[in-house]
Parts: sequence; C-alpha cells; structure tokens
Amino acid sequence: MLNKKLKVKINSSIILGLLCFGVFFLITNCDPDETQDVAKFNTLVMEDMFNGEGTPNDLFWNFEIGNGEAQGIPGWGNNELQYYTDRPENVLVEDGVLKITARQEEYEGSSYTSGRILTRGKQEQTYGRFEARIKLPWGQGIWPAFWLLGDDSEGTVSWPQIGEIDIMENRGQEPTLINGSVHGPGYSGENAITKPYELTNDRFDTDFHIFGVEWGPNYINYYVDGVLYNQITPEDVTGEWVFNHDFYIIINLAVGGNYAGAPNATTVFPQEMLVDYVKVYSAN
Amino acid sequence: MMKNIKLKYWKTTLLAIMIMTVSCERELTDDIQIATYPSNGDIYTDAPVGLTDEFFVSFDPASGANTQGFGTDDNEAYLGTSSIRIDVPTPSDPDGGYIGGIFKDRGAGRDLTGYDALTFWVKGSTTATVGTFGFGTDFESNAYAVNLDNVQLSTDWRKVIIPIPDPSKLLQEKGMFIFAAGTQSTNGVGYTFWLDEMRFEKLGTIGQPRPAILGGQDQTAQANIDTTVPIIGLTQTFNTASGQDITVTATPAYFDFETSNPFVASVNDLGIVSVDGAGEINPETGQFENTAIITASIGDVQAAGSLTLSAVDLNVISLFSDVFANVPVDNYNGFYLDGFQTTLGGAIVEGGNNIIDYTLLNFVAIEFYGREGSGVQPVDASEMTHMHIDIRVNENVDPSDFFRIEVFNNFTTGSQIAGTYTVTGDDLQSNTWVEFDIPLSSFAGLTAQEALGAIIFVSDATIANVSLDNIFFYSEN
Repeated sequence: MLNKKLKVKINSSIILGLLCFGVFFLITNCDPDETQDVAKFNTLVMEDMFNGEGTPNDLFWNFEIGNGEAQGIPGWGNNELQYYTDRPENVLVEDGVLKITARQEEYEGSSYTSGRILTRGKQEQTYGRFEARIKLPWGQGIWPAFWLLGDDSEGTVSWPQIGEIDIMENRGQEPTLINGSVHGPGYSGENAITKPYELTNDRFDTDFHIFGVEWGPNYINYYVDGVLYNQITPEDVTGEWVFNHDFYIIINLAVGGNYAGAPNATTVFPQEMLVDYVKVYSAN
Repeated sequence: MMKNIKLKYWKTTLLAIMIMTVSCERELTDDIQIATYPSNGDIYTDAPVGLTDEFFVSFDPASGANTQGFGTDDNEAYLGTSSIRIDVPTPSDPDGGYIGGIFKDRGAGRDLTGYDALTFWVKGSTTATVGTFGFGTDFESNAYAVNLDNVQLSTDWRKVIIPIPDPSKLLQEKGMFIFAAGTQSTNGVGYTFWLDEMRFEKLGTIGQPRPAILGGQDQTAQANIDTTVPIIGLTQTFNTASGQDITVTATPAYFDFETSNPFVASVNDLGIVSVDGAGEINPETGQFENTAIITASIGDVQAAGSLTLSAVDLNVISLFSDVFANVPVDNYNGFYLDGFQTTLGGAIVEGGNNIIDYTLLNFVAIEFYGREGSGVQPVDASEMTHMHIDIRVNENVDPSDFFRIEVFNNFTTGSQIAGTYTVTGDDLQSNTWVEFDIPLSSFAGLTAQEALGAIIFVSDATIANVSLDNIFFYSEN
C-alpha cells in the first residue's frame, strides 16, 4: 500500500509538471498576435534520457576527438583552444545526465580538454523538432553549444553550403543570454542570422533550461523553456535557403575561440555542461 | 506519509496558480509571502521608505566623521524627483574630515530573506573612489555586516549591486545601508555623490557563490592550548548578469564553521578558534594527532581556504605572527644606504592575513635591538631552542638558489656575534608556503642568545621575490 502511495506521488508530480507546462503555453497563447507555427512534430524518433552509466549510448552518439587538425580545421575553424577527448574526465553519463567537462590541463599540445559528441550517420533527419534540457557552464571564454549541422553528402558539399542550425550557443561571460542562429552561403560566421534570448531574473548556469527548434520546410522556430522567441524563414536569410536536407546533432563545450574570446584569470575550471535529455520528433 | 504527499501537492498547486496569476494579470506582487517582520525592500525612492526622519546615523564625530554633509537633493535624481546627496569633506574640514554612517530601520527590523542583493544608483561629481558601501551594520550587534570596498564613481548614474552572502540569515535586519567616504582617491579634494533608488532586490541573476576564509588560502599555524585564533579574511563572491564577479567582505555569522578534530580545537559562531587540548592517539593509526583542520561553508557551498592548527605547548617569543602576540620590533624591512641593497617591501596584508613580502631581494633585516633609541628591547632567547619561519618563494626555485638566515646577538655593539643557517633551493617550493623549525644550535657561530637584536635574510638575488610569515623563537615545555 505504501509503495502504491509513493507511485501515486511520483505520478502526480509528473502530471503537475505537465500542468505547469500547459499553463505556460496558455500564457503564450494569450498573445493575440501569435501567428507562428507551433509543435506539429509529435512523433518521437529519438530520446536519450542519459540514464546509463559511462560513455554516451553509441546507438546515437559518436565522439569527435582532437583539436580539429585531423579534420583540416585547426581550432575547429574558430581558433578554439580545447582538445576533445573521449575520456570520462571530459564526457561521462552519470547521475541521469550527460556531463561534458572542460578542464585546464596540458594535453596533446593543448592547454584545455573538453568533449564533443554528435549523431552523424546515426540520427540524421530532415525537419523536425530538436530539443535538449541543459544546465550551462559559466565564465569568460566558455562556449557551450547544442546545434545541428547539415550532411555533407560524403564530402561533396562543404560548410557553409551544408547549413548549420545553432539551437543554443552561449558565451560563458553572458550567463543570462543564449543565441539561436543559422549559417548558410552568404550568411555564415559573423554574418550568421542570429537572435539572442535573455532570461529575466534568472541565469542559464544555475538550473536546467529547455532549448529547442521546430524546423519545417520554410521556417525554423526557436524556443527556450516553451517561449517561442524567433522564427527564421527564407525571407530572413541573405542567401540560399539550405535547410531542406538531412542534419545531425552536435553537443559540445568549447574553450576560447572567436565567439567567446579566451578564458582569463577569473574563469573557474573545471566547467560542466549538464544535459538532462535530448529528444527528436518528426512529423506524423 | 499521507501528510507529506498532501503538503507537496498543495505547494505545487500554489506554484501553478502563482505562475498563472502573475502571467495573466501582472498586478499582484509578493503579497502572498507571509513574513514575521516587514519584508519591504525599498529604502529610498524619492523619500526614505519605511524609515523614520532620523534614518541616517553618522559615525562618531569624535572619529572625525562629518555630520554636515548629508542631505537630499531635489535637483538630482536617477528616477523621480529627489536623491540622497553626500558631500565628502576635505581632511582639514573643521566639521570632520570624512563622512559615513548607516541608514537604520528604527522599527523591529526587516525580513530580507526574499532578496539576493542591495542595489542602488550612484553618481559622482568626479570619478572618486568611495571606501565602503554595504549593509548589515546596525550599530548594535553588526552581526550580518557586508561591505563592498573601493567603489569607483562615474560622473553618470551607475547601478551598484551588493550581493547578500546568504539571504536566509537576514530574518530581522536593521542595518539597511552603510557608507564611508574620504578623499584618499582625490588627493584631499572634496567631492559630492548622489544615491537614488536604493532597495533590496531579488535579481535572480546572481549566481555561482564562492565563499572564502583566510583569503582563500590553506594556512597552518601552531598555537598553545587555551589560546584562541580568529578566522579572518572572510569573503563571498558572486557572478552577476554582466559576467563580472563581485566580492564582498562578510561577517562570520554568515558562515558555518567546522573542526576536524574537536579534541584539539573548536570554533564558535564568531569564527574564533579555541585550542582546547593536545589531541590524542588515533586508535586506527596509533599516531598521536595534535592537529585540527578548521573549514567553513555558506549554505551548502564549501568555502575556499582552511586553517590547519597544531596544538602545542610552547614558550614563544614571536617577531611576526597572527597567532602569537608579537614583541615590539624596530622594523620588518631594515634597509641600509650602502649602495648595494636592492630589496623593497615589508609587512603587508594578503587576503586578510599579515605577511612580510620582499621584492628585488638581495638582503634585508628585521631589527629589534632598539635602533636610534627606539626603546625596543633586544630579545632574551636563552630559554628558546628553535626558530620557526614560513617561507614562500614567489618565483621559480632552482636547486642552486639559497635563503640564508643570520641571527645577531648584541647587534651593533662591540660584542656582536652572528650565527647563520642556510636554506637551500632544494628545501623551498615555488609559490607554496614551506615551514621550517630550525634548532638555534644549527645557527653556526651563535654562541650567545641572551640579547638577540636582528635577523638578516640574504639571497644575493638568487631568490628575488619571497614572502615570510610566522617568525618566532620557541621551546617546548
């Protein structure tokens, strides 16, 4: 009997959680000007709750190793300072979350190590809803990201023609801000189409927040915690719309680089990016 | 069990209702909060809020505090029509050479547990640096005093954020604001600054608390039984929305202190460590344990820094220490106009701790013989057996480096003798404190020690940057 009660309690809290979520959406819908497309993607095609122990589930995830030299882009194309490894010190599934840890240590000629995992060749799709619940790291020069990169058709197409959808990027020195962006031909790097989202009376490094996109044939909607804050359409980009083919997911934690600048004496190491879940939905 | 479930359910429902209410109506504020004491965070908008007309309490005029420079100004305001105006006097002002005091809640005090910072806007007539802004000083117990030191003004309005180290402690606070300002940064030229929109706020954007004791350093000390040692250098650091860290000094009442070995030392709420006993034999290791490690935390965050205290039973004659009472000395930086000496530095405070810091060292003295009729008496160390000294080399150490310690008896008199002991580079570590307990019998040539008057440190520039601490003579009882 006691056990049953406990179960009821757990279930009720989940229901209440959903209730809160429902209320939240209700508020969004209070806005009479709301005309953006919402949640058409209801078929769950990938769900990683990171409930295991050890390395990320290889059903979904690959590692990317090194400093980018082997890939022909030293510093990963952005003058980043970290060396990515597949060691548990840098990438570990534990306590129900994925932990990507950036460390300050001399390793293979780099002064920092960190982790980068991706679903290339394992979970790629055209369109859908991509969502993750993440607690961000913090500090000058820390650059966590949850993003999508277009398939390169076995090396025949290169960036930025392959397309890039940045669901969430953050500069660690801006703990209340994230950015959602697209990169494509004519609008890449510093000229990416981007919009920031700022939390009021809260920070991204003190608790988990949900980051997602709803990506359809002619739009990409960006949301944080259920708040839709931007829609990018072909009219918004200053070049060809290159988002009608398969994309895969990348989650990484960079140190230094053009986007966030270098870490300094105030940056506390190690830094952890905690991912509670990643979910991908497709259209019915 | 039933009760717990019900309670949890109720709380969650309330949360849901709150979200709905706040979001759709945007009118209700924090009225739901049930507080024992008033929880109003406002201190000054266009007039003092919830304070009497006599809310400003100056520092004691006998200390030089000027009580004439405080008022309000209807010609300056960040918002609304009025601000607080502070005229900082020149040091020679007959009404007092500096200005400062507190804003005091003359009622029962306020419940500030729902806030995370004191914030206000400030504007200066010049870009002077104000010595202290803060809160928690009530001129009664001052239990929860928090200070933000050396705030540089702008000639435009700037927002100042002073984080609360642990809001849960401020159940009934009367010290709403403190400031102290002089003209140290303006070469004695007086200036004016204005304060406006002062309130305790729940910013929500303050995070990553990093408390520290002893300046964040792991320190060691020896202390006799039945003596006390204060834990100093207490700070709390937060990261703000701008990405900048803000560090405030905080009183011990915000911290929870802990001892690793109650047989040796205890620590009270005021951060005072009492050496209670000599320790005892650990039944597991068979070793006699006479050390206790004192640590602290705020909330569930461990503070950086610790004190490893060894209980001893020593006769001590201390020249420089935060633990033992020091005898008077002539100087900690005896320099000589001989054309050869390069050394700079002397006693400084580092993270709340007194240390001696030398740069460009080739040689330097600590003198305690009564230089130029100072009245300082030489030290009779006849009963002492050892010299203790902590050395931290603030640069790389090579094995060939050396740090020679020369102890003088009857310094500068006809019967002067000296004994020397050389610490080699092998015994030192870069940027790390190393403790030495040197038998006085190891100071070659020191045949008498009843009138010690100087210690000269010689490195011949092999070690140019070095810090020293805890210099004392002792013998075990």
